[in-house]
Amino acid sequence: MSETLKVNVERPGGNVAVLKTDGYINNSGGELIAKEAYTLLGEGTNRLLLDLEKTKIVNSIGISILIEILEKVLDQGGRLAFCHLTPTIDKTFKIMGLAQYARIYESPAPALSWLRGESE
Amino acid sequence: MSFDRREVHLEIPVAPEMEIAATALVSALGEWMQMERDKIEEVKFALVEACINAFEHSGTPDRKVAIDFLLDPSGEIDGRAALQVGVSDGGHGFNPANVPQPEMMTKLKAPRKRGWGIKIIESLMDDVRIESSPQGTRIIMRKYR
Repeated sequence: MSETLKVNVERPGGNVAVLKTDGYINNSGGELIAKEAYTLLGEGTNRLLLDLEKTKIVNSIGISILIEILEKVLDQGGRLAFCHLTPTIDKTFKIMGLAQYARIYESPAPALSWLRGESE
Repeated sequence: MSFDRREVHLEIPVAPEMEIAATALVSALGEWMQMERDKIEEVKFALVEACINAFEHSGTPDRKVAIDFLLDPSGEIDGRAALQVGVSDGGHGFNPANVPQPEMMTKLKAPRKRGWGIKIIESLMDDVRIESSPQGTRIIMRKYR
């Protein structure tokens, strides 16, 4: 029974990157996402989409690490969006107030449009 | 008089991802009770939070956490069909009144971003009680079907 997280990074162009997660976002999963995100931020890629289509469960430690990523993205004048959240992850993020500082979308296309500044 | 309550007891060690093992039982019991999928998922999330709170903060000397499930499909307890989950540890206890309410605006700039567990549990479950003493903590969470 291992829920070890995997992260796949895609670069659709510009200063936008998509991080696709697969598995449980706990402390180790969150750290793995952070490692990839901070590498991207270090390269000037500060508009990030976290696609959680293959993540069905998270915990508050993992989400706290996502908040650290959000803080760094905002500090660099970037944007952070999420897509493909399960109803419970979506509800949890809204309970925590994450949706006030990061956008939540059902699918990647409108998220990428917002990250590129093509829509508000 | 009909009696249709079922109890299941589980003990897990304080170890990585044991909380996920416990959520498998929530799925099975919730489905048996014909609870909606989204509600089952909310119970699973709340259980994960209760377990990791116990793992991280209780200081339980035997490195174990007890979980009990009470299925009440006919509303024996308070007239409403519910799945109740209790998470107990033998740790040093805490005063729930001293746990600050986390706020995203504050947490974004704070060095410590954690402390969301109880807020998540209380938001996802329909009824939550925390009983804590220097001999341990028990959190009792109910989700109505």
